[in-house]
Amino acid sequence: MNEQRSSGAGDAGPAGSEAIRIEDLHKSFGPNEVLRGISMSVASHEVICLIGASGSGKSTLLRCINLLEPIEYGRIRLLGQDITAPRVDPNLVRRQIGIVFQSFNLFPHMTVLRNVTLAPTKVLKTPAAQAAEEAKALLHRFGLIDKVHDYPDRLSGGQQQRVAIVRALAMQPQIMLLDEVTSALDPELVAEVLEVIAELAAGGMTMLIATHEMGFARDIAHRICFLEEGTIIEEAPPAELFTSPKDERTRRFLRRIVEAKRL
Amino acid sequence: MDPNSPMSPGQPAGSFTGMGRGPGLFSSYSGARATTISTISTIAVLAALAAVFLLAPGARSVEHAFFNPTDMWQSFIGNPKKGYYSVGAAIWLNIRMFLVAEVLILVLALLVALIRQSVGPALFPIRILATGYVDFFRGVPLILVIFAFGLGVPALSLPVISSQPDVVYGVAALVLSYSAYVSEVYRAGLNSVHQSQVSAARSLGLSQGTALRYVVLPQAVRNIIPPLLNDFISLQKDTALVGTLGVIEANKAADIYSETVFNFSSFTVAAILFLILTIPLARFTDRLIERDRRRRLAGATR
Repeated sequence: MNEQRSSGAGDAGPAGSEAIRIEDLHKSFGPNEVLRGISMSVASHEVICLIGASGSGKSTLLRCINLLEPIEYGRIRLLGQDITAPRVDPNLVRRQIGIVFQSFNLFPHMTVLRNVTLAPTKVLKTPAAQAAEEAKALLHRFGLIDKVHDYPDRLSGGQQQRVAIVRALAMQPQIMLLDEVTSALDPELVAEVLEVIAELAAGGMTMLIATHEMGFARDIAHRICFLEEGTIIEEAPPAELFTSPKDERTRRFLRRIVEAKRL
Repeated sequence: MDPNSPMSPGQPAGSFTGMGRGPGLFSSYSGARATTISTISTIAVLAALAAVFLLAPGARSVEHAFFNPTDMWQSFIGNPKKGYYSVGAAIWLNIRMFLVAEVLILVLALLVALIRQSVGPALFPIRILATGYVDFFRGVPLILVIFAFGLGVPALSLPVISSQPDVVYGVAALVLSYSAYVSEVYRAGLNSVHQSQVSAARSLGLSQGTALRYVVLPQAVRNIIPPLLNDFISLQKDTALVGTLGVIEANKAADIYSETVFNFSSFTVAAILFLILTIPLARFTDRLIERDRRRRLAGATR
């Protein structure tokens, strides 16, 4: 099935214990097989960037890890627990995994503060005052404190995406999944969001990042996974993958990126 | 025709200077000029209507039968000794029926909409039932539903259920009929909330119910307030149909007056009272629609 399984997928990452382990994951939408046997592991405090053309399966992989998409075959372990087993409560799993989407998906009828405190108060049953306190601390940390009482449509795209990141962080997740979080932003707004992600990485957050920002991926990732047609073609530290890619398909992809001046 | 009418050919068609005023796609007149033109045309139209009414061959008898001030007043205050009820007092029953029915409709319709929107094989039978319910009560004329309840349920001779006052059967019929319509409005509202909002809510660990309550429903309801209010304006009038069961609401009181005194002015009184009820709600709906439009425009510029 998956003739191509790159080296290193089985080894624990550089920083010790395993946060996520994916084994032979298959996912189809109707007749269209989007993930064709993905196996990989993410160590705690590791940052992995998923690169690849649109439609290569990056987003679907992230949505599967967050149990937003049911899978056909395979297994996903989160901190050793098989979260794809029957009778696993997806709500409990999702508390430990934060995901941020390309299109922000803030709740438009709620203020920034309420967007951030909704899940802590309703899911974790944090008292409202304490949740607000913690939310404000996070918003302050990411330079959004003056937007606390604004509605999302008053914010720029970059601000909205930063609020979306804060909203996910407010649940104190063990791992963050970022799904092309800068793709919907105007170019001048990309930097402020990437800064936030860099700060999270510096703080030791485990992250799985689907991105088209190759320069950013090179700077921030411990490892890069290149996906094509639902399989991991190549997986290596950025210095290795960007300078001496082993697979012809990786070389072709990177050549196109260079031609498009994205690297 | 009135030579000052804006339709007369001598009048220029209006300058295209005042863009952006008024809610319409068609507003291209400047402010002061628009006011003048609309005043003149309003007077012209009203004058024409009044002329048709006053100059008609039967104008005198219609005026006597429908607009007699004495009869209007008498039917408004009522006189039990002479065998007729006060239309003014009876309208309170319409208001109470409306208020009770409205609350029940909002709840029942939401329930039906949620069942119809549900997924999962276990709920299939309830889903079929809900669909059948909506098809049935949207298809049968309201007045037949009222008859069926008012005459049929007492005939069943069930304990408690069959010994209610007629007004209860009338309100039950209103609730069942309107809930079928309003559930479709709710459904449109639920569908108008993008799936990504559900994804975002669920990804934060919110359960399906919590996501519905705090994320989906508030947005859905906001989107459907104008059509919802439109249905309630209609419901206010349709409380008059409960009178067919012999319940003394405004229309029935007017009917009794006309049969006792042989004058229809009581119906005019009932009509005016219903207008007093519905017009404020209609204007309120307009204001909400306008506010919503402005909010959308403000959002679009950003």
